Amino acid sequence: MEPFQLKRVANVSQAIDSANPAASGQANSTSIRFLAGGTTLLDLMKLDVERPAQVIDIHRLPLDQIEAIDGGGVTIGATVRNSDLANHPLIKSHYAVLSQALLSGASAQLRNMATTGGNLLQRTRCVYFRDTATPCNKREPGTGCSAIDGFNRNLAILGTSEHCIATNPSDMNVAMTALEATIHVEGVQGKREIGIDDFFLLPGNTPERETSLKPGELITHVTLPAPVPGNRMVYLKLRDRASYEFALASAAVVIKVSAGKIDHIRIALGGVGVKPWRSKEAEARLLGQAPDAAAFRAASEAALQSAHVQSQNGFKIELAKRCIQHALTLATQTA
Amino acid sequence: MSKDPQKPDTTADDPAPVLERPTRRSFLTRVGAAGVAIGTGQLHSVALAESDATVEDAPPASNASADSANMHVRLNVNGTSYDLDIDSRTTLLDCLREHLHLTGTKKGCDHGQCGACTVHVDGRRVNSCLSLAVTHEDEAITTIEGLGKPGALHPMQAAFLEHDGFQCGYCTSGQIMSAVALLKEPYGHSDDDVKEAMSGNICRCGAYTNIVAAIQQIRRRV
Repeated sequence: MEPFQLKRVANVSQAIDSANPAASGQANSTSIRFLAGGTTLLDLMKLDVERPAQVIDIHRLPLDQIEAIDGGGVTIGATVRNSDLANHPLIKSHYAVLSQALLSGASAQLRNMATTGGNLLQRTRCVYFRDTATPCNKREPGTGCSAIDGFNRNLAILGTSEHCIATNPSDMNVAMTALEATIHVEGVQGKREIGIDDFFLLPGNTPERETSLKPGELITHVTLPAPVPGNRMVYLKLRDRASYEFALASAAVVIKVSAGKIDHIRIALGGVGVKPWRSKEAEARLLGQAPDAAAFRAASEAALQSAHVQSQNGFKIELAKRCIQHALTLATQTA
Repeated sequence: MSKDPQKPDTTADDPAPVLERPTRRSFLTRVGAAGVAIGTGQLHSVALAESDATVEDAPPASNASADSANMHVRLNVNGTSYDLDIDSRTTLLDCLREHLHLTGTKKGCDHGQCGACTVHVDGRRVNSCLSLAVTHEDEAITTIEGLGKPGALHPMQAAFLEHDGFQCGYCTSGQIMSAVALLKEPYGHSDDDVKEAMSGNICRCGAYTNIVAAIQQIRRRV
């Protein structure tokens, strides 16, 4: 691990001031990192993938609250631990898909450390990104993508570019996408709100840019809108092991059926996209339809229509389709 | 380190138990320190720590690179307070093992994938390898050494013995720390629930069946 200067901060404004490249002097913005749970950042620092000159310890900032919003919805602080979020009564009762997604990810120890903000910024598990001995456009722009002609079994089939096919590894982000979360950030230039679908960027020609966060901006909290009354939610994760493994394909489904027709539907996919993948194509096929196997199949076909596979990950098309169909079936089963 | 971590709350006249009956580790450590102490400041401080002397203010490690920043931190481990001056890069795991010589906590993968380094921070299980020691000021850290002692084992330690919940033993302290934390977590009652809850602790010997049996015995009792 490269040496770094560690800064302890007591409040959000101190954290933002410390991350301001103009004020911090020695370190430029790309070499400053906020440290919360550490489960991604320290892992990558040990591998020399992350080499920040300055690390700002934010894990004890007062951003650890989960609060119901008057009139519906919930505010989730950036430093709320994944385990606390997953087991919170309000999340379990009103946002079950988020609870299920969180509990399907990582291990109990990691969930006790990992935070909401950190999980949003979780980096890809592409083996070439994690290996500084190999070219990687995300880690070192312009060096090339080792995965496209290499080990790509676990990598993305939706949203890829010729420069990067890395998968977003998070389960939480998939559920948050289906729940249409809003990310609240704060920087020296003030506060901003970013819809989760705009928060994550496609790799295109700049795979090193993964989010729309500006240098020095801090995620302070996430808000979820009030759930549609009478909806059903399911997170289904398919993987190589039954536990403690990243998704090969996953689906978060929020659905409401009234009088035999689907009148509310949100579908997001994990394990197959370069970002948490909202499938408006699948949603369009389902809205107004009867919730049956034919409709689910048509929706899954639509979701994967733009898939672009590599030498080893072609199986993900069929896997993702079945994942969507099964998740929809589970969500619409009469209890 | 600021004082003898093996007996931080005793006076210099009290013989440290570890010196009365040398363990394989303490013997090897002392021989190693005595053999190479000359010429390296850091190992010199190790040699001091292994003697009966109480050192209040150890000099910063002299072999630290010029641009690495040492930081002061007060850690609370197993109910004892330690004042440390350590490289900010030091993980909680390395701090426990190399600075406080609490070697019950094991280093396996060092990347949060195996669970051998599991300790409790404020009562919750975490991977100590993915955590910087200097970020744990004033938090209550518990290691396997703080759980029970020979003759006064924690019930979970006794259950692991009774059920043969280990073979080589390397993952065992992490398994037990995880299992004890699990008792307070909202998991279901079945063996499958225990397997899911314990999936962050890998046992290369494959003692899983007996580990589950040991944990279930204690869960039924609690």
